[in-house]
Order: sequence, then C-alpha cells, then structure tokens
Amino acid sequence: MTDGTTLRALWGMVLRDLTVLRRNFLPLMVRTVMNPLLFVFVFTYVFPTIGTGVGVGRGGEGLGYATVVVPGLVAVGMVFTAISAVALPLTMELGATREIEDRVLAPVALELVALEKIVVAAVQGIVAGLVVFPLVYFIPATPVHVHVASWPLLILVVLLASLAAGALGLVLGTSVRPQQIGLMFAVVVVPITFLGCVYYPWALLAAIPWLQHLVLINPLVYMSEGLRAALTPDLPHMPPGASLGALVAQTVALGWLGVRGFVRRTLT
Amino acid sequence: MTAAALEIAGLTRTFAGPPAVTALAGVDLTVRPGEVFALLGPNGAGKTTTVGVCTTRVRPTAGTVALDGIDVARAPVRVKQRIGVVTQYNTLDRACTVFENLYYHCRYHGWGGREAAGRTGELLAQFRLADRAAAMAQTLSGGLAQRVQLARAIAHRPSMLFLDEPTAGLDPQSRLALWELIAGLRAQGITVLLTTHYMEEADRLSDRVAIIDHGKVLVTGTAAELKQRVGADTIVELQLERLDDALVARLEALPPVRRVHRGEHGLRVFGTARDGLIPPIVEAALPYGLADLRIHEPTLETVFIQLTGRELRD
Repeated sequence: MTDGTTLRALWGMVLRDLTVLRRNFLPLMVRTVMNPLLFVFVFTYVFPTIGTGVGVGRGGEGLGYATVVVPGLVAVGMVFTAISAVALPLTMELGATREIEDRVLAPVALELVALEKIVVAAVQGIVAGLVVFPLVYFIPATPVHVHVASWPLLILVVLLASLAAGALGLVLGTSVRPQQIGLMFAVVVVPITFLGCVYYPWALLAAIPWLQHLVLINPLVYMSEGLRAALTPDLPHMPPGASLGALVAQTVALGWLGVRGFVRRTLT
Repeated sequence: MTAAALEIAGLTRTFAGPPAVTALAGVDLTVRPGEVFALLGPNGAGKTTTVGVCTTRVRPTAGTVALDGIDVARAPVRVKQRIGVVTQYNTLDRACTVFENLYYHCRYHGWGGREAAGRTGELLAQFRLADRAAAMAQTLSGGLAQRVQLARAIAHRPSMLFLDEPTAGLDPQSRLALWELIAGLRAQGITVLLTTHYMEEADRLSDRVAIIDHGKVLVTGTAAELKQRVGADTIVELQLERLDDALVARLEALPPVRRVHRGEHGLRVFGTARDGLIPPIVEAALPYGLADLRIHEPTLETVFIQLTGRELRD
C-alpha cells in the first residue's frame, strides 16, 4: 500500500462528506445562523434601540457591547457547527445502521478515518465563522469596532479553534448513543457556550474568581479569547500565547481521545 | 500446491462479560483459492465473529488468520485491500445515493474519479440497478439493498469475498435473485466465504461446507461427503400423538432401518432403501396416532441434527 493510495482514499472520504454537505447545506446554514442572528438582533439592535442597554463593565469603555460579542459569537458559530458536523452524523453511523462500515473497511488505518472526520468538521467550522461574521458586524445598531491586528494570529486561532471543535465533536460523537444526542447538547454544548467567555471577556470574570478559574477547562474560552486578541485587540483579552498554547494542548488531547474512541467503537 | 486463500488456525474470541461469552472456541479452517466455502450453523454459533476477525473488524483473543498469507491482525490495511464484505445488516451509506455508494467505495480504495465512475456504471448494469442509480440508499427494499451491498463489495475487484448471512430476512424471490448473482461471481473465480443458517443456501452455492456450533467447527467436507456421513439414504419423519420406547425398539428391529432418533414431536427413522421401508414403519406407527409422515434424502440439516441433536433453526 503506497502512501499515494492512502491519500487518495482519504480524499475520497472528503469528497463523500462534501457531497453530503452540499445536499444538506441549507438546513445546516439555518442551524448555524439562527442563534447568532437572533442574539445580535435582540441584544445589539433591539435593546439599544428601545433604550435598555447591556453593559460591558470595566475595561471595555467606549467600545460597546456589540463589539464585545463579535469574537465570541463567531467562535460559538464555529464550535457549534464543527461539533454538529461530526457528532450528529457519527452517532448515527456508529449506531444501529453501522453506516461507517464501508469506510472502516477502506484500506486505510482507522485512526486516519477518524482524523478525516475532524478535518472536514474543521472546514465546516471555518465556513460557519465566515458566515456569522458579517451578521454580527452589520446588524448591531451601535458601531462595531473590529480591526485585525495580526493576520497570522487570526488565521492560527481560526485553524486551531476549528480543529479543537472538530476533535470535541469526535469525542462526543463516539461516546454518546444516538438517543442521548439531545441530552449531549443540553449538558455539554449549551454550558460551554454560556460559560465560554462569549458574551463577556475573560478578564472581567475577575469579579467572580472561582468562575474565572473554573471556565479555564472550557475550550471555547480560548477560542473566544483568541479571536478577541485577533479581531478586537482593544478589548481586554488573554495574552495570545496563552490562548494559542491552550488551543494546541486541547486540540491534541481531544484529538487523541476522539481517535481512541473511534477505534474502540469500530474495532470489537 | 497453491497456498490457501484463507487459513484460520486456533482462533478463539471471548467477550468480557458479564456474562463472559466464548464466541469462538478454537476454529481451524482452510479455504482454497477460487472455492465457495460455506460456514453453516445456527444463530450464535460464531459465524459472524469468524467473519469479523477475517475482515479486520474483530480482534482475536488467540489464534491467527492469514489471508493470501497476510496476517490479518498485523497488516489489516493490506488485507482490507484484498477483501470485499457483505454484512447481514444493511450498512449502505444512507446519506448517499446508490450511485454514490458504489462510486465512493471505489474512491475509498484509491481509484481515480473517472475509473470509479466507469466501474460504477458497469456494476449498475451487471446488478440491474441502473434505474435505481439516483435513489437514496435508505429508500431501498431489503432485497435491493443486499444487491447494492454485493455490488459494492466486489467493486474494487477483491480476491476474496465474505458474505455474512447475505440472504437472512429476504423474501424468497430476492433470495433466489441474490443466489443467482453469487453463482455468477463463482464463475468469475473469486474466492468466497459464505456464512448461513439456511442449509439450502450452503448446499446450493458452496463447493465445501463446514458445520459450526458453539464456536467450534464440527465437520468439514463437500455437501455430498457430509450427507454420506449420515449413513442412510432415506429419512422418514413421523409426527406422532404419543411417543413410546416400545415403538422405537420395534422400528429399530426392522431390517432396512439403521437408526431411530427421538425428536420433540416425533421420530426420525434413518433407513437404507426406500423399497419396502415405508409399509412396516406405517404399520408400526399407526397405533401411536400417526399424524404426519415425510420422506426425504439426507440434507445438511440432517447432518447438523446428527452432530448436535438440535435443529439448525432452534
């Protein structure tokens, strides 16, 4: 078996996933867009317009809430989409229908089949980020201040964040039964969203020290803070080195767990 | 002497409990290149686990499997290149069409786009699926789905094909259609390991048969050889209202009768010649409420019953 065959086989799996994605593109986009769209509409358009502002507290003076939530909502869009992209179909494919079988029987190491899932999920996460960004930039009634301080930093954060999210999706998809998928969103996805420094910068959690420390186990914190450093550098944010380092560590750890889970589920 | 296509030696597999289950208790088998080999046994005999190990999806507890001389546990990727698998359950990609199931299967085996599309067209025609090419896999009936699974399994031109209970749960017409297709593959010289609990399927499709029960191979040979082991050429099954040792003794004393087996609902009389066999049996059985009488030649099912004392579909 030459490496060329392995790469061609994996490319075949990517093409298959893209075919399925194209078929489900519209519902997928609706799912991706609905949450951030309603959030920015209510909190950054309706509230300021009717005179019920939501503040940012110390550190974000003058920049407004609409600016604070831009990086967070982009991060949530990416994470939510990447997790859904791999976890939802995978629970089915590994479940009663065993649809994964044909890819398990492809002449490729099982670990690579699992990694392909992460990569395709990451690509969908990036697309979701690109779709969410204009929404959260143009809808708010108050001005949004975004400028990219460093393109390499932005690209690195986006890549790592989407890979970490894809890996998290693989972990969830291989450890949850199809009947529990709704529960998984309630128990995992919703809490990491609300406690992911999406709607407030991490630095401001200093007012609640136990929470500030607790949320550090949440991968979304580093994605939001990383994007904050890249997109809204004038707002308080974690040092880019810290969020990048944590993202690398989490991508590796979640990737390892997810791949291991995949092999366990496919090899009896 | 050609090397074996598949060599299974001392294969065991236990599943951790509770309760712990021994699915395979030391299976030895040799499948020769180009033959159709049937593994016949009841549900739970270890057929699917055997196929699972041979196709790299189940780890053995002990023992080895070599496919074309390649160790399945050590080099799964090389083995996967050479095998095609049809499982008992429909594992078609539900998110894809029939065409895509075949096309992407070829891509997973490293084929280029044009080759894969060409081969898919060929298979759709060969398996009479052309009018279903655009149908989503989840809309197919059981018979059609198995046909697509068979087409998919041979798409990359494997040297060995594993068919795990390929016709289980199919209606008789779909079963016959699939049998025809499998017989066609045999003519193309592909080696096949077929598992089944239908004795007609093993009898009709295979060159050799192994009977498996409780994770062990009981006997191996051609269907004709196995039937000869029964030591009788006519079997008379009697359904009786009452069973009695005296009747068994009386039947066993008849000259053409070799043996009498007691079953749940009646007796099975093994005889050597049909002429003159039936009248004395009927005469002896009438006082015991003879409800039904069936005469047949030995089948693989008879062989199984003789070996295990149970029926195949128990």
